[in-house]
Amino acid sequence: MSDSPPTHRGHVGTFAAGSAASRPSYRPERTLPVRVELVRQLRRRRTSVTFALMALLPVILWVAFSLASEGPPGGSFNFVDLAKQSAPNFAVFALFASSGFLLVVVVALFFGDTVASEASWSSLRYLLAAPIPRTRLLRQKAIVAGLLALAAVLLLPVVSLIVGSLAYGTGDLVSPAGESLGFATAAGRVLLGALYVAVQLSWVAALALLLSVSTDAPLGAVGGAVTVSIVSQILDQITALGDLRNWLPTHDATAWSALLAEQVDWGEMTRGVFAALSYALIFGALAAYRFHRKDTL
Amino acid sequence: MRVPRLPRFPRVLVAVLALALLAAGAAALTGLPGLAGDRDAAAAVRTSEQRIQVRGGPEAPGPVSLDTTLYLPETTPAPAVLVAHGFGGDKTSVDADARDLAARGFVVLAWTARGFGASTGRIALDSPDHEVADARQLVDWLSTRPEVVRDGPGDPRVGVTGGSYGGALSLLLAGYDRRIDALAPVITWNDLGQALFPEAAAATAPPVDTPARGTFGPDGVFKRGWAGFFFAQGATGSPAGRAAGADATPLTCGRFTAQICAAYTEAATTGLLSPATAELLRRSSPASVTDRITAPTLIVQGERDTLFGLDHADANARQIAAAGGTVRVVWYAGGHDGEAPGDAVRAEIADWFDHYLAGRGDAPGAGFAYAVRSELRTNRDTPTERTVVAEGYPGLPGAPPVPTESIALAGPPQPVVHPAAGSPAAITALPGVGGQLGDLGGRLAAVTSEIPGQSARFRSEPLPAPVTIVGAPRAELTVSRVPGQPGADEAVLFGRVSTVSADGRRTLLGGAVAPMRIPVPADGSPARVTITLPGVVAPVRAGDRIVVSIGTTDQGYASPDDPAVWRIELDGALSVPVVPGRAVTANTVPIGYVIGIGVVLAIALGAGVAGWIRRRRRPTRVTGDPDLPLEITGLAKTYRGGVTAVSDVSFSVERGMVLGLLGPNGAGKTTALRMLMGLVRPSAGAIRAFGEPIGPGAPVLARIGAFVEGPGFLPHLSGHENLRLYWAATGRPAAEARLQEALEIAGLGDSVHRRVGTYSQGMRQRLAIAQAMLGLPELLVLDEPTNGLDPPQIHAMREVLRRYAAAGRTVLVSSHLLAEVEQTCTHVVVMHHGRVVAAGTVEEIIAGGGAASFTVDAPQRAAAVIAALEGVRDVAVDGTLVHAELNGAPRASVVRALVTAGIDVQSAGPRRRLEDAFLQLVGEDTAP
Repeated sequence: MSDSPPTHRGHVGTFAAGSAASRPSYRPERTLPVRVELVRQLRRRRTSVTFALMALLPVILWVAFSLASEGPPGGSFNFVDLAKQSAPNFAVFALFASSGFLLVVVVALFFGDTVASEASWSSLRYLLAAPIPRTRLLRQKAIVAGLLALAAVLLLPVVSLIVGSLAYGTGDLVSPAGESLGFATAAGRVLLGALYVAVQLSWVAALALLLSVSTDAPLGAVGGAVTVSIVSQILDQITALGDLRNWLPTHDATAWSALLAEQVDWGEMTRGVFAALSYALIFGALAAYRFHRKDTL
Repeated sequence: MRVPRLPRFPRVLVAVLALALLAAGAAALTGLPGLAGDRDAAAAVRTSEQRIQVRGGPEAPGPVSLDTTLYLPETTPAPAVLVAHGFGGDKTSVDADARDLAARGFVVLAWTARGFGASTGRIALDSPDHEVADARQLVDWLSTRPEVVRDGPGDPRVGVTGGSYGGALSLLLAGYDRRIDALAPVITWNDLGQALFPEAAAATAPPVDTPARGTFGPDGVFKRGWAGFFFAQGATGSPAGRAAGADATPLTCGRFTAQICAAYTEAATTGLLSPATAELLRRSSPASVTDRITAPTLIVQGERDTLFGLDHADANARQIAAAGGTVRVVWYAGGHDGEAPGDAVRAEIADWFDHYLAGRGDAPGAGFAYAVRSELRTNRDTPTERTVVAEGYPGLPGAPPVPTESIALAGPPQPVVHPAAGSPAAITALPGVGGQLGDLGGRLAAVTSEIPGQSARFRSEPLPAPVTIVGAPRAELTVSRVPGQPGADEAVLFGRVSTVSADGRRTLLGGAVAPMRIPVPADGSPARVTITLPGVVAPVRAGDRIVVSIGTTDQGYASPDDPAVWRIELDGALSVPVVPGRAVTANTVPIGYVIGIGVVLAIALGAGVAGWIRRRRRPTRVTGDPDLPLEITGLAKTYRGGVTAVSDVSFSVERGMVLGLLGPNGAGKTTALRMLMGLVRPSAGAIRAFGEPIGPGAPVLARIGAFVEGPGFLPHLSGHENLRLYWAATGRPAAEARLQEALEIAGLGDSVHRRVGTYSQGMRQRLAIAQAMLGLPELLVLDEPTNGLDPPQIHAMREVLRRYAAAGRTVLVSSHLLAEVEQTCTHVVVMHHGRVVAAGTVEEIIAGGGAASFTVDAPQRAAAVIAALEGVRDVAVDGTLVHAELNGAPRASVVRALVTAGIDVQSAGPRRRLEDAFLQLVGEDTAP
């Protein structure tokens, strides 16, 4: 290969004159394998930055805790004190601190960006003309975004447990109401909690996907989904709304804290999963419908 | 096949969507069974207000008129519940509770007690002859109502509940009136004398049986803070005019009876409980009648309550159970210093009445539940809390006594100073505002509850294991005089229990103090007493210390005026009650939601399966000529908003052709190519490639390679990676791609391994064309392929396209470079305004008009001859050439005319190049 002249007429001619199979071995169900889409997404800077952030956050928390001066006696006991008790407590704190906003952004990022960024790069039309059936494209992209989001959400407590173990020891999970759980059980519960957070955020994922197929601006899709989540959280603060708040998708976002008790109350978590999946189904179906109907320009 | 192609898939999706919405809604409704039902029931509640006249009672001439509201449920007759309000309130303050109960199917009667609100009469503090008698007459009234179920003549099926003032009334009414069938007193007293003059020390230890048994010693310390707060509420709650009216009660007495007013004045000024006041308060205390209560009693008490502590609920439960009554005890995280009972406790009260009045639901049973609340709050305001359920209330008949743990306390004997007039005083509770302050109150108390020199402290070691204190801790205390220092006959002291965390943060348990009045012998010998500290539910973490402090002052209590110094000694250990139980959670997984989750997943799965089946069933429909690479018939596209980009376009491309698609901007070329790629749905018409219809995702698109409207690459990947992954995304074997050769067409050299984001426009263009050629598609569609290419590359591209078609494949090139098309293409389709205005070989298009050129020996003469011909215009001479617009006249006839005129014609032919033809076809519209 040489740089100049850039085009080799001889080769090109041979190539162009060559013959391919008259019927290409195209099979719709083989298009855009998860592995390929995963490579396409993993190479992106935003993916690695997100994962790095998830892995770094516990370390940042630990440093912050170490730097913070001891509170004056007389101040009330707070979550930071609790977080410093043991590795599981630390992980619980990290998860609590990030589940309201950071993880929402992460999930919205993976889902909201996935189609919209292809549209903004114009690569979407070539994928569709490959052809990758639209439903399949959306499904494969959702699967990969889901895998990445799940990995990110799980990475946080895993790293937190490791950092917490090194910093505060593998003690029991101590609940503020005076219960304690052994390290192994507690670690399992924390991971289960992270899993719940992931499932609960499925509505954000589906909403972001819906916005992603509706716009060519990846930031718009991500920001839109995050905004809806924030609005829902604000409405949830208005106690005057009473039972109506049960219908807010974020209402049971922190229900996983029930996992931190010896006896687990599955009630709110069940409701949370149901609400999240219902919203996810509706938004997901709308996304599929919209993407299928859409004229891709 | 009968069904038109386009609507098929969307219809499936619409159905899925509709189903999803429907099922989600339905599942949500089954998941929240109470919600819709409760609303209906609440809406069906009817109310009627009436005044009920009752006898005035002793020392109260004339009848008293009570302001009442009757709440009727949807169906009557039904059992009734009396709902009594708290001190300072009126019937409207229990409206929500009344409506809740009415919605649950009870007839509810709420009334304003005498001396409050719109009711007449004077406050007699739940006196049996006044308020209790009033309530009995309300029961009489209920028995006459047709809406109320009766157990017998004059005996309605009725329960009673209420908080604080209303709670004591509930107990007293149940003690005095056997017609009461169930009761639920909330945060109330057992012994009003003890509540206002508590005494926590006793020379002989009370038995250890129930968890929160108070000492209830005689001659206690006046709780002036709370007493004053309530007296003020009763005194100011009256219209001044009425208070100063006919009877000559002083304004300072407000709406209290003269007796109560006198007793308060006496207590507030002396700080002591006189026998007359003691008797007055005794008659207002449930303790006087608890042995007569047989109706099932649900006792609800608050864990943050410095007015009526857990010891009062403990005494009520103990006394009623001892007399054979059924008692259930619930301690919730709240009280007079915290919040009112939450939904869970209110539901429990309603369940209690449901079972014992209406026979609905399981027997709640005589058990014990307590809430463990930590200081931590989530989301700033949501307390972290758990509820523990024990087998039964320890120490009641049939249940074993409460287990205790002993926590060693250390500390030398310490002198404590009681300042003259008891000032400054430690501040622990703020009567009436503690609830509003919430968390802040606790933090404040941690700072203000200890005044240096006034308290003796005894500390434990850091606890090795967490412990949850449930009830009243006890300690043995020795108080003695300090020789040479002042000292009264009796020491007034206040005991507190705090936890101190490793970093020194103090928390006063329960926010409460235990006051005690201990006679100390004058001869210098010590007084030994057992003190019962405030009943609490407090989770203590491992590593925290427990501190018992004995102080000499508390703002909320009266203390002696004379200064004194005492020597305090604490013997050994703190005995802490613990009540084992299981952390109760509503461990029933809500079945409605589980079903809902199942339905949602089933819908998602169903949609997936439906899609799969539909794909499997869809045949590859060859409806046209399989050898025809492209056939477009009647194609039209109107975008949303009404812009028609393409209308009625038909042309076909045959194998081996290099077809140029020409047209000015906005002619609809790109829209047509978008439809050809399955990106845009046609409004009408059809496109077939190799006989198969093209639509979004049509499999035949795999045989078409396309480059339309600029390149589309992932900027973070290299050119090589982009092409490799693009091919991988098609799911076809890598061997079919001919990747290396395609990259050579791109001619990017080593740059192929750089990020595409760094490429120039031309490099991307070439890479995109290479991508279109991956797998050597039988139909290659290129949109403006030479944009950004330099002349040698354009030349090479032309060669590539020609050879590409020569091998039996087909190329469709859209371009506005007419020379390019003329040199490259065999055929041309010209589009304008969304329509095909011409189609044919390049030659046909060029010749289509009438312009011709003639090479002659005598140009000037020839021009004259030609111009003379009919219809011919625009004759021009250019050297030996004569150009003319023949306008339909055959060239042969012009040649004949010239020859006839004796002019030699060397050649005759069409004059124009493609450009001229194109301009003529699109007319003046392209002119600026």
